[in-house]
Amino acid sequence: MTKMKVEVLDRRQFVVTAGAGAAALIAGFSGVANASPEKAMELITKLTNGGAAKAMEGKIKVELPEIAENGNTVPVKVSVESPMTADDYVKTVHLVSEGNPGPEMASFHFTPASGKANAAARMRLAKTQNVVGIAEMSDGKIYMSKTQVKVTIGGCGG
Amino acid sequence: MAKARVKAPKKAKAGDIVTIKTLITHKMESGRRKNKKTGKLIPRHIIDKFTAKFNGAEFFSADWHGAVSANPYMSFSFRTEKSGEFEFIWHDEKGEETVKKSKLTVA
Repeated sequence: MTKMKVEVLDRRQFVVTAGAGAAALIAGFSGVANASPEKAMELITKLTNGGAAKAMEGKIKVELPEIAENGNTVPVKVSVESPMTADDYVKTVHLVSEGNPGPEMASFHFTPASGKANAAARMRLAKTQNVVGIAEMSDGKIYMSKTQVKVTIGGCGG
Repeated sequence: MAKARVKAPKKAKAGDIVTIKTLITHKMESGRRKNKKTGKLIPRHIIDKFTAKFNGAEFFSADWHGAVSANPYMSFSFRTEKSGEFEFIWHDEKGEETVKKSKLTVA
């Protein structure tokens, strides 16, 4: 009787240890992994000082090709609806990647003298992913949008 | 020194919203690419800040990270009011600056 009890305990112990080991392994992998939606969210929270939680949809439009054949240069167009007057304008637009080695892509800072909150640039994208656009308005409101882009050949070295 | 090109209007009417296009030659080395012969990582070297000014007042700027393509292109808008001079500044991580100027006459 006593012998059996010990055996059961041992097996449980083994399961616990094995489980912990597997968890550590997964944690280790995510430590070196690329930017993920979670990492992107972390950065967005940081960029907006926690304002991302009350972010609204709409107003901001991030235009990307549906399929980007070459991830080295992917044209990106950003536009935000705004009158761009002294007391109502778009302050900043951030672009955040969910699948690049680093989540930061670029930030554009506008002023009422910009006339329109439009900007275009070319970006590197490592793989098929979502690109998040975040617009910070002068009154503190935050708008967000996500655009999916399919990347045929990744463009981040390697 | 990197070579910069700017396409900005020379003439405009007051109140017009004009588009300015800029391009600069720069490798924008992301620091993640390997030298194929040695297998070593090529150190990161990018332009991290672009600023556009009109008569000394900043009206547009951009922070660039490793995700910006080589030979970065940037286009943006400006509302014209009076004549003056545009100034475009590209600031490199190593402190190097490329400056380009362009005059605007408002009729």
